[in-house]
Amino acid sequence: MYKYVNKPAEKIDGLSLVTGEEKFTDDFTYNDMLYVAILHSGYAHAKIEELDESEALKTKGVAGVLSYKNTSSILYTTAGQGYPEPSPYDTRIFNDVMRFVGDNVCAVAAESREIAEEALKKIKVRFSLRNAVLDFEKSESSGIIIHKDDNSHAKIPVYFNPSENLASKVEASVGSFERAFETAPKKLTCTFYTQYASHCAIEPHAAVTWLDSRGRLVIQSTTQVPFHVRRIVSSVCQIPISKIRVIKPRIGGGFGGKQEVLLEPVAALFTWRTKRPAKLVYSRKEVFTSARTRHQYRTVFKAGYDTDGKITALHLDALENSGAYGSHALTVLSNAGSKTLPLLNKIENLKFTGKGVYTNLPCGGAYRGYGATEAYFGLGQIVDMVCQETGEDIVEYYKKWTIKPGETSPVFQALGEGKEGVAMTIGSSSLEECITIGARESQWYEKRKLYSHSTGYNDGRYKRGIGMSVLMQGSAIAEVDMASAYMKMNDDGSFNLLTGATDLGTGSDTILSQIASEVLDIPLSQIVVTSSDTDFTPFDKGAYASSTTYLSGQAVKKCAEGIKKQILKTGAEMLNVKLDLVELKNGFVTSKVGLSRVSFEEVCRYSFYEKNQYQIQASASHVSPKSPPPFAAHFAEIEVDSMTGIIQVLNYVAAVDCGLPINTRLAEGQAEGAIINGLAYALFEDYYFSEKGRLLNDSFGKYGVMTAADIPPVKVFLVSSYEETGPFGAKSISEININGALPSIANAFYNATGKRLFSAPFTPEKVLEALEK
Amino acid sequence: MKISININSRLKELEVKPNETLLSALRNNGYTEVKCGCSEGECGACLVLLDEKPVNSCQVLAMSIRNKQVKTVKGIGTLYLPHLIQKAFVEAGADQCGFCSPGMIVASYSILKETGNRPSKEDIRRGLDGNLCRCTGYVKIIEAVGMAAEKSLQEETQKPEAVCTNM
Ligand code: FES
Ligand code: FES
Repeated sequence: MYKYVNKPAEKIDGLSLVTGEEKFTDDFTYNDMLYVAILHSGYAHAKIEELDESEALKTKGVAGVLSYKNTSSILYTTAGQGYPEPSPYDTRIFNDVMRFVGDNVCAVAAESREIAEEALKKIKVRFSLRNAVLDFEKSESSGIIIHKDDNSHAKIPVYFNPSENLASKVEASVGSFERAFETAPKKLTCTFYTQYASHCAIEPHAAVTWLDSRGRLVIQSTTQVPFHVRRIVSSVCQIPISKIRVIKPRIGGGFGGKQEVLLEPVAALFTWRTKRPAKLVYSRKEVFTSARTRHQYRTVFKAGYDTDGKITALHLDALENSGAYGSHALTVLSNAGSKTLPLLNKIENLKFTGKGVYTNLPCGGAYRGYGATEAYFGLGQIVDMVCQETGEDIVEYYKKWTIKPGETSPVFQALGEGKEGVAMTIGSSSLEECITIGARESQWYEKRKLYSHSTGYNDGRYKRGIGMSVLMQGSAIAEVDMASAYMKMNDDGSFNLLTGATDLGTGSDTILSQIASEVLDIPLSQIVVTSSDTDFTPFDKGAYASSTTYLSGQAVKKCAEGIKKQILKTGAEMLNVKLDLVELKNGFVTSKVGLSRVSFEEVCRYSFYEKNQYQIQASASHVSPKSPPPFAAHFAEIEVDSMTGIIQVLNYVAAVDCGLPINTRLAEGQAEGAIINGLAYALFEDYYFSEKGRLLNDSFGKYGVMTAADIPPVKVFLVSSYEETGPFGAKSISEININGALPSIANAFYNATGKRLFSAPFTPEKVLEALEK
Repeated sequence: MKISININSRLKELEVKPNETLLSALRNNGYTEVKCGCSEGECGACLVLLDEKPVNSCQVLAMSIRNKQVKTVKGIGTLYLPHLIQKAFVEAGADQCGFCSPGMIVASYSILKETGNRPSKEDIRRGLDGNLCRCTGYVKIIEAVGMAAEKSLQEETQKPEAVCTNM
């Protein structure tokens, strides 16, 4: 039915990437360039009493030092979100109070990286130490205020109370949880913990800045949000937007970690002041400590349910460790509720309460899954517990109690992002089929019974289990996110597609081309894409919230339809037939009556040179009235070594509804990448701190990232549905699949051992501890 | 100081500093196809062939490789004359952000070479063990190496050596 979408098209930049031809930020070097290095705080909480940079400045080759002493004290948030940001304005380019080990003390720019690093050692800083909050559960009662009298404030009317160390607070309820919980015949209360994690995009964060021939500032950086970078740099560096151009080259992965404006203001200021190009590249250690992380969470679930398993009351209380600054503190928190609770939409009495607390630890930020990962760990196990209690198969339970097309959940409206949410009815879902397919492919029924801890199968040292969970996420932020696109036609019938959408390696340049190709019925090679250059491409809010295919894709579709109209009009004029008697086919405007036709090339030449001349061009913007959830069912089969505590994943099956996948291969790739990241997070990724708050495992080696040798067999099934509001029926796929490993493995563990895992990651120590309980 | 190295089959004079790593020397001299993900020998993004053996170039001093042959991903195949491993990566969808790709291609090339184009799945997994990729979850990368091995076997009779381009 489709020619270019719903196909496994090769990435248009693929061959250039695998031959090393494509350029990433750090690959750009300019004449006379300065190298920037940053001095980071070694203390978790300290005030800079004195900073003496004189020796550093005397070093040969040093061009300047930036610190709180000579930079603006304008408050902002590093979170690259739409304006006004829902994250608190609680940071400055350089603060005079250090709030975590890794906070920025100052920066040096020099002729070489070596000189800059040498000069850092000559900077003398006198700190007065403050007591630090290193346990997020004790933050509120610690008596230590992390943002004391520093004018931190919220930009929008939300609860923000730094005097209690509260970076965010969210409350929402539907029905009456208290009453229903009290009268429920069966009750559960469980506490779960999820941990810090680093995105580990293999390309470290980097920014290169220079002045163009007219003195405008050009920023090239590893960003997911070029337009937000332009706006934020303008505001904190006090440079007019008209004088800033942001270019995103190829990006080596983001996963949320590059939705943060961290390096750009520093490099930009050096360039603006010295008039010289500047380059700042984070070391891997800096990425681990000073860039953003996944927030640490505690979630407490209280559920009241009937003897037949119907949950009548559910309360999710979330405590988020926001770290030293409140980047995404509010929105990740609200997403912990809004992306999980609507899944079981038949629960009539719901309550969500959450707090994001400041600590003197690394800052959280956006991370694939964005709150949902954290909450599904508990929710998925709560559902399993209810089923274990009533004897119902969890697969059947999910089929019965999950949200269906045509249904809604009051949570959609109750929980927005810093404001009320948007009511929404589910349009598309193939969730039931996903569950069925996943159960079949994982041999669910046979294995679940066989492994059940009561059969005796698992009496030996090695215990096997299978578990599953069901997930949803969103596609863009409804009525907030905007994307746009521009297209024009060229003499040979090819097109330039200019889009603000940001390809981080996700393949969105390819996907957006496929959408334009489909509308115009021409091969991908006829679409020339330019993306993410604030001088040339129209606005797009950037790559986050699972939005590019769904939102930017729809903008491109509308834009291509605008082009199509003009081609038809000119074609009809050339063919001398009525407009309703022509159609687009294979690169031609063809008359529906008779055999006459004109090629795109002829149409463009005519429009350029012959008659009624004009440029065939169009632009379109798109905002979505809803955020249609993708759905997924994940099945994990594991083996637990009860002697060593090691969990081995034997098989992992995911069946995913992302609407109509525009590019089937890239969609699978998104799912596979997210699943492996999710598995590593469930099994071992974590941050370990010294007593003084210093990150101990700040390298790939010490942190541990899964390699090709570690991965279990993973099977992904794309189960299409058709989302009316998305381009050709598409929804999102990038985030959802990171959410399944935690609950699915934990449920498999119960199947194998009859014990529960309440704290991630499931390290051998924690597994052994759980087995002993 | 200047050292002469054979890079991608061409003799080059590189300006290097005494303590400079091969990675830094290569990148500073325009070979930016060799990537840096960690500088600590732990990600494989900087993998090159040194006398046909894969090494993390961030762990080698530039000075120490006088008179040796260095091959980067571009020495294996270029945009204009890609190696079949590179084509397989694109075909399989093993290229997401592509930041790990130059190292992955070098590792894959070595796997094929060492196993005479007959790698088992285990050979592939072990051979890629030093190369991190956060985007793909490795599923399609492993698939791509398998596909490339198969193609190489098929082509072996006609073309005993992979094409190397240095135009
Ligand atoms: S940069 Fe050499 S191994 Fe990571
Ligand atoms: S494709 Fe992005 S790191 Fe491998």
